[in-house]
Amino acid sequence: MKYSESIRDAQAVMMRHDKRVFICGLGVPDPKGVFGSTVGLKEEFGDKRVFDTPACENGTLGILLGASLQGMRPIMVNQRVDFFLLALDQLINHASKWKCMFAGRQEMSVLVRLIVGRGWGQGPQHSQSMHALFAHIPGLTVAAPATPYDAKGMIISALQEGGPVVMIEHRRLYDENQDVPEGIYRVAFGQAHVAIEGKDVTLVASSHMVAEAKKAARVLLGQGISVELIDLRSLRPLDVQTVYASVKKTGRLVLVEGDWKPCSVSGEIIAALAEKDPKIFKSAPVRVMWPDMPVPTSAPLETAFYPSIKDIADACLKVLGRPVLAAEVKPEKANFNGPF
Amino acid sequence: MISKDLKKKLLRGMLRLRLIEERLAAIYHQADEIKTPMHLYTGQEAVAVGVCAALRPEDTVSPYHRSHGWYIAKGGNLCAMMAELMGKEAGCCKGWGGSMHLLDVSAGVMGSSSILAGTVPHAVGAALAFQIKGEDRVAIAPAGDAAIEEGVFHESLNWASLKKLPVVFICENNLYSTSTHLRDRQPSVDIFKRAEAYGMPGSRCDGNDVGDVYTKTLEAVNRARRLEGPSFIEVMTYRWREHVGPNYDWDLGYRTKQEGEEWMIRCPIKALAAEFPAAQVQSYTDEFEKEIDEALVFARQAAFPREETIRV
Repeated sequence: MKYSESIRDAQAVMMRHDKRVFICGLGVPDPKGVFGSTVGLKEEFGDKRVFDTPACENGTLGILLGASLQGMRPIMVNQRVDFFLLALDQLINHASKWKCMFAGRQEMSVLVRLIVGRGWGQGPQHSQSMHALFAHIPGLTVAAPATPYDAKGMIISALQEGGPVVMIEHRRLYDENQDVPEGIYRVAFGQAHVAIEGKDVTLVASSHMVAEAKKAARVLLGQGISVELIDLRSLRPLDVQTVYASVKKTGRLVLVEGDWKPCSVSGEIIAALAEKDPKIFKSAPVRVMWPDMPVPTSAPLETAFYPSIKDIADACLKVLGRPVLAAEVKPEKANFNGPF
Repeated sequence: MISKDLKKKLLRGMLRLRLIEERLAAIYHQADEIKTPMHLYTGQEAVAVGVCAALRPEDTVSPYHRSHGWYIAKGGNLCAMMAELMGKEAGCCKGWGGSMHLLDVSAGVMGSSSILAGTVPHAVGAALAFQIKGEDRVAIAPAGDAAIEEGVFHESLNWASLKKLPVVFICENNLYSTSTHLRDRQPSVDIFKRAEAYGMPGSRCDGNDVGDVYTKTLEAVNRARRLEGPSFIEVMTYRWREHVGPNYDWDLGYRTKQEGEEWMIRCPIKALAAEFPAAQVQSYTDEFEKEIDEALVFARQAAFPREETIRV
């Protein structure tokens, strides 16, 4: 099942199972169904539970939060993370605070699905991830599933547990394939997954960067280097313990994150490890992240902007004190051909 | 035509609210027991009381930072409010909310927000939930004349009208956003007329006439119950005391004492009380003062939240 299909399936399963669940957002009922992730839902559940919204992210989120106070479990979909930044008032001032501010007597629940763009000139306002911004806020849960299995399990967890959950979905993961169980199962927040076991270097990634890190790990394996790849799965709560246990073993840490370095999740992990055990590192950790500037549009600039497989592999080689790769790693499949 | 019984209910509601607010003003700095920014409702009583009288218990209001009036008028628990203002565990938010964040879910008072227009979409969302679930309930979205300048207010009106949701928007126009007059914030277009642009009826009423507020709200609420969609009501009113805190602020110079006195002469409570024997009004006053005394004793005796609830 593709990543997009697993999202669709999770929503459909929960809507069949739980009358409180409904879904809306610009384009949700349209024929393309938000890159396939909402296709057919309107036909099955009707336009009272599956509908379009006006283009007002803050108002829409506030309305869904108000509905959640009457017992509903809404899903809000935005085709790009960037659009959702207009809703930060309702997310940060309201959703994240509500349970604490009212001493648990009211809690707001919403699953906000946000899609990150990359490639084909998405440019500075169609490609931000912003997960670190959300992860900064107490009271929010921030998920960044890298696989179809996790995407489905985390949607189910969000809708069953309640509370405000922001799920970062990367557009470039939408065609990833994996066997996904039928029916209801949960993937817990705050539990990282050791995607590849290894002993030489710990490689930490989330979302689309997990897929990229897997490719780098394969290249390194060819050079006799055993990478332990940790997929964070959720960024708040953040499972520092699993990273700690791995670095305790390898002593070497590389973090790959589709975001800027200042105030990033990777920075937080390094800080947490340094606070916990300053002697844990055999060599200085390395972050493979975006240059400190908005995302460019022109194709050659895009290529230069995003970290490559070689960049990830080289960082691992660097923390091991070994020479970097002589040549670029060829992509395994064709690049994204747009348009959106 | 408003019955004598209803007039009595409205008078009692406004008088009780006035006495609560004036008592809070009197004790605010006496012993500094209330350490929370407090936006008093004195002068605006006819709005919340008139609106809530047109509601059923299962209907909801989503108040904003000047929350006491809505909380009390909708039936929020007075002891829990006083304890909340003093930051006590027995408060309606166990000391986590304070004056600007009251709630009493069992009375239909949804959580209040101190972000302008922050709860307006919440009321629309409540109405959306009522519509999806097929419940015969109405949501009230109160907002000040400055909150309606926020983008989310317009987003909410657009949504509510598009989906024909059972919500009534109440704009409490007290002319000032803190100290900034309406004329410095908005073009001179009557606020209630803007509702028409969203395809919903807009009306204006006299905020010193609780019967007018009640009648126009009931009309809007009935329209919502008939599933005909939202309405918008602008209520002309006036905040007697300073924006936040217990005092009068004529000395600041952004408004004149004369302007205030012109509103006070038309006090909504005085106008209605004149229709009742003085002794009857006095007996209500005595009854409410005693209730307030007891609520304050309750709040003072209540424990503070334990520090261990702050996780490290």
